[in-house]
Amino acid sequence: MSAILEIDHLTKRFGGLCAISNCDVKVEAGDTHGIIGPNGAGKTTLFNLITGIYKPTEGDIRFRGESISGFRPGRIALKGVGRTFQNIRLLKSQTVLENVRIAFDSQLHYSPLEAMLRLSRFGRAEKNSVAACLELLEPFGLADQAHDLAGDLPYGSQRKLEIARALALKPDLLLLDEPAAGMNTGETADLTEFLRWVRDHFQLTLVLIEHHMHLVMNLCDRITVLDFGQTIAEGTPEEIRANPRVIEAYLGGTEEE
Amino acid sequence: MIFYLAQQTINALQLGSIYALIALGYSMVYGVLVMINFAHGDLFMLGAFACLLLAVLLPVHLPFVFILLLVMVVIGLLGALIERVAYRPLRDAPRVSAIITALGCGLVIENTTLSLSPYPQFLPTLFASKTLSYAGLTVTTLQILIIGVALGLMVGLDLLIRKTGFGMAMRAISFDARTVPLMGIPVNRMISLTFFVGAGLGGAAGMLYGLAYPQISATMGVLIGWKAFIAAVIGGIGSIRGAVLGGFILGGVEVMAVAYLPSTYRDLISYSLLLAILVFKPYGLLGQPPNQKV
Amino acid sequence: MKSLLDSVARCRWALPVLVAAGFAYALACESFPILNDYSEVVLVTVGINIILCASLNLVNGYMGEFSVGHAGFMALGAYASAIMTTKWLPASFFELPLGVLFGGGVAALVGFPLALLSFKTRGDYLAIITLAFLMIVKSAIENISYVGGPRGMTPPVLTTLPWTFFWVVVTLWVIRNLVYSKFGRAITAIREDEIAANAMGVRVREAKILAFVTSSFFGGVAGALYAQVNFFIDPKSFDIVKSTEILVMVYLGGIASLGGSIIGAVIFTVLLQVLQPLGTWRMVILPLILVLLMLFRPRGIMGMRELPWFLPARELFKRPKP
Repeated sequence: MSAILEIDHLTKRFGGLCAISNCDVKVEAGDTHGIIGPNGAGKTTLFNLITGIYKPTEGDIRFRGESISGFRPGRIALKGVGRTFQNIRLLKSQTVLENVRIAFDSQLHYSPLEAMLRLSRFGRAEKNSVAACLELLEPFGLADQAHDLAGDLPYGSQRKLEIARALALKPDLLLLDEPAAGMNTGETADLTEFLRWVRDHFQLTLVLIEHHMHLVMNLCDRITVLDFGQTIAEGTPEEIRANPRVIEAYLGGTEEE
Repeated sequence: MIFYLAQQTINALQLGSIYALIALGYSMVYGVLVMINFAHGDLFMLGAFACLLLAVLLPVHLPFVFILLLVMVVIGLLGALIERVAYRPLRDAPRVSAIITALGCGLVIENTTLSLSPYPQFLPTLFASKTLSYAGLTVTTLQILIIGVALGLMVGLDLLIRKTGFGMAMRAISFDARTVPLMGIPVNRMISLTFFVGAGLGGAAGMLYGLAYPQISATMGVLIGWKAFIAAVIGGIGSIRGAVLGGFILGGVEVMAVAYLPSTYRDLISYSLLLAILVFKPYGLLGQPPNQKV
Repeated sequence: MKSLLDSVARCRWALPVLVAAGFAYALACESFPILNDYSEVVLVTVGINIILCASLNLVNGYMGEFSVGHAGFMALGAYASAIMTTKWLPASFFELPLGVLFGGGVAALVGFPLALLSFKTRGDYLAIITLAFLMIVKSAIENISYVGGPRGMTPPVLTTLPWTFFWVVVTLWVIRNLVYSKFGRAITAIREDEIAANAMGVRVREAKILAFVTSSFFGGVAGALYAQVNFFIDPKSFDIVKSTEILVMVYLGGIASLGGSIIGAVIFTVLLQVLQPLGTWRMVILPLILVLLMLFRPRGIMGMRELPWFLPARELFKRPKP
């Protein structure tokens, strides 16, 4: 298996603050890769760098062997990188279906003129989009709520919707930023199973940022640990659990839950 | 040649300081509420009319300073009143609604004044101006007064912001409006005070403008108010120093454009220059891009 | 009563029938003295205002920007069309449509760089840029003697009720079709959350260009129609006051709503006419109504909601397809 995502000596400075420093991460295709670390370690910043919201100060990010450093977020998304956000970024005034359709739209091909004149190519593409998106919502249990406003959904459903939306892009790599945030133990266990299913059904490589150690340890094949913007450890869950530097960074964090 | 330039520089300083005073009002309000107070230009206009009313209607001939203070207080109170009645209820509504409300309030003020005074008015002379000549330059004491008063007000504002509790509260609110009440600062009162001071400065600018260019009309708030608004943005909206900088830049550009080019090109030059500045520095010369956590 | 309204709303034939009837009425007014001249001008003005509202709503309502420069596109359309009809074209049936198309085209051409500027700038700063643009257009026209400079021009009166109605229908139809397509979804996504939109692969730049160019095109169309109904145009008719009027109409009727654009335009134009005896006090009462409306309905009368006839068919039914 080859590396689908390579982060190579990545550094990001915001003025005087060094958020990421000489960070190296290698994610193999098909893996589930966890990114953990104390708050402020730079995990979300790393995601933002990968998805093009920030530009690296130094270093390189490669997706499927191709350097994507400095690309615009839209371009990176269309190359096959989907993501969810730490603070859910759904379009709250739009319906569940519309939220998913917006991500699916990159696969529709008609011109503005065809849309304005309602030519047949437009009609077929739109029908196709609605059907495909409804089908996508089914396993998430959201198909019945397709016409409800996204802002009206309960928190857990909103998180699921964000994942469904990212999947509408047909990504190869899915970045999940704290998917279990705000969930209790039972919900987290459900989510773990669900993510396993998503990964297998859609044949994805998953990278997730998480604080819930149960989820990380059960789901991930490999884990990278960040602290103060640097990689302090990388390995299998067993290796990480036993790593003294990691334990020190968390002050006994792996014993939680 | 150099005398002409120097002469125009004095004119530029005069116009610039008036623009700066108005721009300050916009920036102060934007700083605390992140809102463009589109009624501000019309408060400027009311300042001139208030001065007219006070000078004409009062039986006693009051000294200049007294009228200035009265105008500032009256317009300041009006500004705070508008905030209380029209903007505060909309603080949690979409931002655009507050802006449109401000636009509406401005229109109400403007057209009420227009209905009551359809023709331009002339401000009586409040200040016996003498003309001074020095090394080929002519300056009137009126010009000196206007520039002096404007600068004095700006210095006063700077002191207010940097040295008083109110100023600190204002700056705190502009950083993070949500946590400030948790520190025991009466946010609403601070915001009212900000509007009071901002509107007061605008009113003063109106009076000074009326003295400098004695013909005042109800529609001058729109023309000059919008220009001063652009000046505030050039300097970086929300930045006090930026407002002053922007005001003087705009005043300078306008006066120099008229001095050296056909007068019909004045607006074209001014706005093209302003647009050019914004293209290269979208947040203004001293402004900061808003921070957004992703 | 409600069920009657519901069934009318769901009837897909209602809208085409209304359009045909309206067009027939407009044509009839041309041939028979049904309306007096004054009423006709009022109706034409309503039509022009609907086009202005709907086109500005695309950028300000659906895309969530705050453009205050729409009168600038109106000016470009008006003057471009006036040049065509006054100086370049001979009198013919095609004079008006060509003039309108040319006016719209010129406006759209200028709207394109504005769209480019919106890539890096948003919100209040873009508002300023649109303001500067408006002032530049106005003062540029004042300096071009070919079009009469500050003294203005007198284009021939060509706009008729049928033509106005035609362009209103075209505008609403095109914008409605755009809104309920992937482009409209992109535009809405930009309004709600541009960062999320980018992360979802939305072609943000294309969407912004489309929105600005379409908006300015129809702004120009409205301007062209305005020029040919008014006997006289001058730069002063297209300044910030005009832009403000359009803004008032849009936010009165409701943002991100074509039905709202119609309502806003109609209410504003009709009230302005009805309150004519009050003179300048009209513009005290109307903004006051707007302010009161903002306090109770911040998004406007029909903000973010739409007339059922404009919605795509499947949206009317709350059940997902099996």
